Amino acid sequence: MIRFESITKAYPDGTVAVNGLDLEAPTGKLTILVGPSGCGKTTSLRMINRLIEPTSGTIYLDDQPTSGMDAALLRRRIGYVIQHAGLFPHRTIVDNIATMPLLLGESRQKARHRALELMERVGLPETFANRYPWQLSGGQQQRVGVARALASDPAFMLMDEPFSAVDPVVRAQLQEEFLRLQREIGKTIIMVTHDIDEALKLGDQVAVMRVGGKLAQMATPSELLTSPADEFVADFVGRDRGYRSLGFTAAAGSVAVGEEWTVQLGASAAEAQAKATGAWVLVVDAGRRPLGWAQPEQVHGELRKEHLNLSGTSAQASGTMRQLLDAALSSPSRRGVVVNEHGELLGTVTATDVVKAIEAEPHLETAR
Amino acid sequence: MINYLFDPAHWSGADGIPTLIGEHLIYSLIALAIAAVIAVPLGIYIGVTGKGVFMIAGLANALRALPSVGLLILLVLLISPAFPSKMGYILPSLIVLVLLAVPPILTNTYAGVRAVDAAAVDAARGMGFRTMKILTDVQLPCSLPLMLSGVRSALLQIISTATIAAYISLGGLGRLLIDGKAQNDYSQMVAGAVLVALLALFFDQLLAFITRRVVSPGLTRRTVKATLPSGEVIPSETAKTPTAV
Ligand SMILES: Nc1ncnc2c1ncn2[C@@H]1O[C@H](COP(=O)(O)OP(=O)(O)OP(=O)(O)O)[C@@H](O)[C@H]1O
Ligand SMILES: [Mg+2]
Repeated sequence: MIRFESITKAYPDGTVAVNGLDLEAPTGKLTILVGPSGCGKTTSLRMINRLIEPTSGTIYLDDQPTSGMDAALLRRRIGYVIQHAGLFPHRTIVDNIATMPLLLGESRQKARHRALELMERVGLPETFANRYPWQLSGGQQQRVGVARALASDPAFMLMDEPFSAVDPVVRAQLQEEFLRLQREIGKTIIMVTHDIDEALKLGDQVAVMRVGGKLAQMATPSELLTSPADEFVADFVGRDRGYRSLGFTAAAGSVAVGEEWTVQLGASAAEAQAKATGAWVLVVDAGRRPLGWAQPEQVHGELRKEHLNLSGTSAQASGTMRQLLDAALSSPSRRGVVVNEHGELLGTVTATDVVKAIEAEPHLETAR
Repeated sequence: MINYLFDPAHWSGADGIPTLIGEHLIYSLIALAIAAVIAVPLGIYIGVTGKGVFMIAGLANALRALPSVGLLILLVLLISPAFPSKMGYILPSLIVLVLLAVPPILTNTYAGVRAVDAAAVDAARGMGFRTMKILTDVQLPCSLPLMLSGVRSALLQIISTATIAAYISLGGLGRLLIDGKAQNDYSQMVAGAVLVALLALFFDQLLAFITRRVVSPGLTRRTVKATLPSGEVIPSETAKTPTAV
């Protein structure tokens, strides 16, 4: 657990970056600090490992005040990931990752072994081991940064905008992998971001800060969306928060899934016509996994790949209302494809069905 | 010139070519060592702390504009009365050479330390490196390429300028230039100039070689053969943006 007790930081020039901050990051959870630029997120984070000393107040690490600890020894207990990775340019990837174990007195061989293990863990191929940082892309460097922070298996991690230096596609991928990793390792993490979507996607709890370094609200992502504390939080969380809060509402059984006739590739135009509901027919493979929608009237001869419309998303029955609604809205037939956890077709839903289920739900149940 | 160089008589004795080269090298290397001992720690200190940055530009430019022969004669006048022996001449020569070599080493060391990626230093501190370890493990290895290129240009300057020792009747390859001039022996003068040039070239290559050995390929972005931990050798991609050492 990391706890802030009325922490204030005033820089020598008079800027009050953090003002009377009380905060608790529970053990094993991912706590996110989010807020507009300059609201004191980085300052707050760096006060934890004492790269910045608070002006007043106390920070506790598992109930011990950090102020009395040797700063270097304190930092060795806390994994630290910075924005642009900050890799050592003169060391190979494997040596970069082995930094912390070596610092803590592990043998070279053990440290390297551990580093190779971590490379696999964060999805870096073994062939990168003896490359240098300049030979890696930004996203790959970011992974090395995460691996390096994990190498000493610290109980705590601090991450300052770890995914901001990469493009949206890579960012989403890194976020997914990181969530999976955190589910396995369950570290006490404080992560800084200015991207509210990232905060809502990753955080077990989210602390929204306002300029001037004050805490505006500390809540779970779904609470932030459904009951923002004030106008500032509501604005910051965003306009389509109603729709996005559906992302935290479990669908589990509350929406009736209708039966859908299907055809396979190679079917005749006549068969496709017979199986179609309205203008569209759903095409699946031999394992009943949905491939896409087709319009029988455009099929001459047999149904082939190029007849498929791929615009529809598919939702898992165990997913969220948002996924179900999106499946319905994105489908050309307006019938959303629902699958089981193996990706096999269960049936389809309409937007009307989903909305009815949402309206029937008096209080929103969170998916996690 | 060829005749002069290939005359066996010139390759032996107290004023033979080997002796002159030896003297030349001793002056040069002692001066380089003293300059490095002064300039490297100073450059690191200024680079790391940011204190005394004004010295870099001011001192370096002032020393660069130094008239070496004039200064040498001034120093001899000041110093030689205090030292009865040959020391009274050697010391002034060394001082001039050291003063020439300090600016390139100082400015490059400073620039090298400044150029170290601030994020890497921040990460090191954040991981619990103490100040000394940050210096030895991150700042120094990363500033090595620039520092060594400063040493390289300092050594070139020293070797070519060490000829001035002959002005005040000391040894070194400058002898061939001064004596050749006095005797109107052009082949001797040219031989001296060529030997100085060869010596400079040799040491330049030597330092380039040392630089390649001690500077991490991660900094020079040289393409190296990478070995897998299993021992298997794989060629790494070619460098996209090769930078000179
Ligand atoms: N060393 C410093 N001296 C003076 N003021 C500073 C210093 N570092 C930060 N500040 C100021 O303190 C405030 C908070 O800065 P901080 O870096 O913590 O913001 P942040 O929330 O991380 O912002 P961003 O999202 O842009 O990274 C800002 O107004 C900033 O200008
Ligand atoms: Mg910041």
